[in-house]
Amino acid sequence: MRSNVTQYDLIAPNSLDAVLQILADSPDRYTPIAGGTELMVALGAGRLQSRKLISLWNLEELRFIEITPDAIVIGAGATFTDIRKNPVIAKEFSILADAASWTGSIANQNRGTLGGNIVNASPAADSPPALLVYDAELTLISTRGPRTLPYRNFHLAYKQTVLEPDELLHSITILRNYGGYKTYIRKVGPRNAQAISKVAIAALAHMNNGRVKEIRIGAASLREYPARLTATEQSLTAKTITPKVIAAARAAILTEARPIDDIRSTARYRATVAANLLEEFLRTL
Amino acid sequence: MTTTRFTINGHKKSIDAPPMKRLLDVLREDLHLTGAKEGCGEGECGACAVLIDGDLVNSCLVPVLQTEGAHITTIEGLAPLTEKDEKLHPIQQCFLEEGGAQCGICTPGMILATHHLLEKHPQPTLLQIQEGLNGNLCRCTGYMRIFNAIHQSALAGAAK
Repeated sequence: MRSNVTQYDLIAPNSLDAVLQILADSPDRYTPIAGGTELMVALGAGRLQSRKLISLWNLEELRFIEITPDAIVIGAGATFTDIRKNPVIAKEFSILADAASWTGSIANQNRGTLGGNIVNASPAADSPPALLVYDAELTLISTRGPRTLPYRNFHLAYKQTVLEPDELLHSITILRNYGGYKTYIRKVGPRNAQAISKVAIAALAHMNNGRVKEIRIGAASLREYPARLTATEQSLTAKTITPKVIAAARAAILTEARPIDDIRSTARYRATVAANLLEEFLRTL
Repeated sequence: MTTTRFTINGHKKSIDAPPMKRLLDVLREDLHLTGAKEGCGEGECGACAVLIDGDLVNSCLVPVLQTEGAHITTIEGLAPLTEKDEKLHPIQQCFLEEGGAQCGICTPGMILATHHLLEKHPQPTLLQIQEGLNGNLCRCTGYMRIFNAIHQSALAGAAK
């Protein structure tokens, strides 16, 4: 049933500082809302718990993409369209650009933000596997100041993150040093647009003399939050890709994955497809 | 209640509404612009699509307060009908001629999505058409006539 919209309050301060001050001072707990592609769905379905919301949409301090010689810094308020339009992301971070291209639809990409996709903490979200393999760093801010942490340490449990009630995700930083890496990303779902993934894998590897020098595997819908598959990575490190090594990696991912049965798929299907996707990548190395 | 000011189809408006009221409901209930339709109400179908500052957006997912200062275009604003001039917009004309509309629920969103697509890609490929329309569902046409209408719109220079 639809929510009674008169029971909800939304404020839209015109600066990031004003938002942070309210989050710090207000006895009421405010829920940040950016493009609304998640929270407005909850409102429409009558399951939006928060009654007080604070808008981050179009705050210029959060909606930016900054390129430095060493890194790219993406403001949490950058939309998926902003990401797709950026030529450096298209060239150097193609799997993030790919993930952005199949997030929602064009209309949702015009509103949905990278920060929202991360903070919403869905295990099935499209951008996290790519951010995990690029080993993105997050900057969180509050009136107490900024702090940074690797994205791989952001999620604690299903829909739980390290973000404090007075904190916001400010930006996502990725180093520009993936020139020599092979990359892979694939989402499996009923269709690319709109559909939420049954399972998705992103991966990146650096080869040296025919051996895996470094490999990173990020997964959606295989754990209770987006996660690197470090045991599977370890099974491949320093190995030459042979049928035996591929078989061992398949066994590792089947052990490490903890998928669930739900409306979109079954645990067994998800685990098997994840192993197939990993093998598809390994055969390109 | 909060006051939100925006420009809709070229006219400045000031709306008193709960700040979380969906733009779709403001359009239909407060402004009586019923061209935008509610299909799914969760951003999947595109029947409620409008243009905000030139970008295609699902109006069911936008709280009205977030449209403060925005320029909104609905299907009613694409070809403003006057007593003197009842000409359709070229995209509407092409949908009409190519049979790109059947029941009509998806059509306003389809036409605005086409407008947004042709601004970016004046001569789109079939793949670009399919992607540009990927958030607009039609359960009548099977899409081929819609794609044909978009192709004809591009040939007619509808982006201009």
